Amino acid sequence: MTDAAYDLDKTVDARGAACPGPLMDLIGAIKSVDSGAIVRLRSDNEQSTTDVPEWTEESGNELLELVETDDGYDFYVKKA
Amino acid sequence: MTEEIVIVGAGTGGSVLANDLAERLDAEIDAGDVRVTLVNDSPDHVYKPVWLYVPFGKRESEDGRRPLSQLVDDRVDLRIDRVIDVDTDAKRIEYRDGTGPNEYDHLVLATGSTLAPDEVPGLREGGYDFYSEDGAEALREELLSFTEGHLVLSVVGTPHMCPAAPLEFVFMADAWFRERGLRDDVDITYTYPVNRVHGNPNIAEWARPKMDERDIAVETFFNAEEVDPDEQVISSMEGSELEYDLLVDIPPHRGVDLIEEAGLGDRGWVEVDKHTLEAKHAEDVYALGDTAATGVPNAGSVAHYQAGVVGQRLASHVRGYPATETYDGKTLCFIETGMDEASFVEFDYENPPAPAPPSEKLHWSKLAYNEAYWLTARGLL
Ligand SMILES: Cc1cc2nc3c(=O)[nH]c(=O)nc-3n(C[C@H](O)[C@H](O)[C@H](O)COP(=O)(O)OP(=O)(O)OC[C@H]3O[C@@H](n4cnc5c(N)ncnc54)[C@H](O)[C@@H]3O)c2cc1C
Repeated sequence: MTDAAYDLDKTVDARGAACPGPLMDLIGAIKSVDSGAIVRLRSDNEQSTTDVPEWTEESGNELLELVETDDGYDFYVKKA
Repeated sequence: MTEEIVIVGAGTGGSVLANDLAERLDAEIDAGDVRVTLVNDSPDHVYKPVWLYVPFGKRESEDGRRPLSQLVDDRVDLRIDRVIDVDTDAKRIEYRDGTGPNEYDHLVLATGSTLAPDEVPGLREGGYDFYSEDGAEALREELLSFTEGHLVLSVVGTPHMCPAAPLEFVFMADAWFRERGLRDDVDITYTYPVNRVHGNPNIAEWARPKMDERDIAVETFFNAEEVDPDEQVISSMEGSELEYDLLVDIPPHRGVDLIEEAGLGDRGWVEVDKHTLEAKHAEDVYALGDTAATGVPNAGSVAHYQAGVVGQRLASHVRGYPATETYDGKTLCFIETGMDEASFVEFDYENPPAPAPPSEKLHWSKLAYNEAYWLTARGLL
């Protein structure tokens, strides 16, 4: 699936950031949007592929999809 | 025409840079070809690491203050004023009290971090911090009379100044209550926003067993959302709640507003090339120290190394040479692991940290560095 398939409310580009930067950026974005909104996190940090799913699970938000891109990963997260 | 170099902020990064440029550009400054202006909104230089010791009654906050006039080289034009606007197209800055220069050829932003407790409802009323002079003094009052109950240390957000300081605080609190025979009556809980006890996995792996050994409870994935000061409860976005008797928090941090207004980066952090420290969204603008978004810790040692890089690059520009010096992410940090022992880490963009075994010698090295800091700020060390 591509981002065109989602009605994105926000994109956070954390490519280049060291951990825990990408996850913290996602958490900040989730705080700032309404329930049901979809946030895309872009990260090229390997650690995000475990940090983000673990956090969404813990926090009750939903990781809709994790897409591998040419230069990292795109995470699509729906706020609970 | 005199070439104007303006440095905004005379904390660790700005002061070291101004003194570094005074040395490097000595001849040009004397000839009137270059002017180095250092602007700070208070007449004092503040050394924040002292605040970690204030709540335990080990230091006074005055120990962390000195007049800038004693620390800054006479060849630097020191202005006590606040910059309230930056226009990077016109290369102009505006001062609150109106002293110039308003035009710059090279601008360096070294404005550091500001605390934003109001981003979490109830945090200002319900929590104490040791990240400001007033905060450290108020916490001392509380801590000295705290003899039983639940102490919660909550790291509310990252990035924040000195990523080691929250760990240091709980290790010191544990040792301090033990020494006073009160530890059995005091529970300590440490909370962190991600799934480890520190942002860096190596430091987290090193610290976690020490916390378990010392009976410091840990709650990870805890992003504080609200504090109820009456009920004394802190709750997280992840749905957990902790009751506390004394809440010590590391409040959310931001840079200064004028950076966002100038389009240089979000939340007041300047987006920079992490090697050259040049701003990504403007010409002839550098950022260093906490305000530069490089991904390395917000630490005085980082600001110090970055100042040397920016100093060399600016001197090269002034003389028409290519600038060659780059920042490699170097960070040094002493980590107190009790009241009389400390560890030490050194790392950079390529090499991860490997904390040294805690020792009394490293603890004394940290205290000795705190004393010698004033030589650092003056550019002598
Ligand atoms: C409790 C605590 C313990 C710490 N321990 C350590 C440690 O052990 N080791 C370590 O390396 N680091 C430590 N740090 C972190 C260190 O203090 C900071 O990272 C360091 O001060 C950053 O330097 P800086 O030059 O970027 O900013 P600062 O030193 O914060 O200086 C910024 C300056 O800019 C001024 N300013 C801001 N805006 C304006 C404006 N618009 N106009 C004019 N002036 C302005 C401010 O008043 C200030 O003087 C600690 C911090 C804290 C809070």
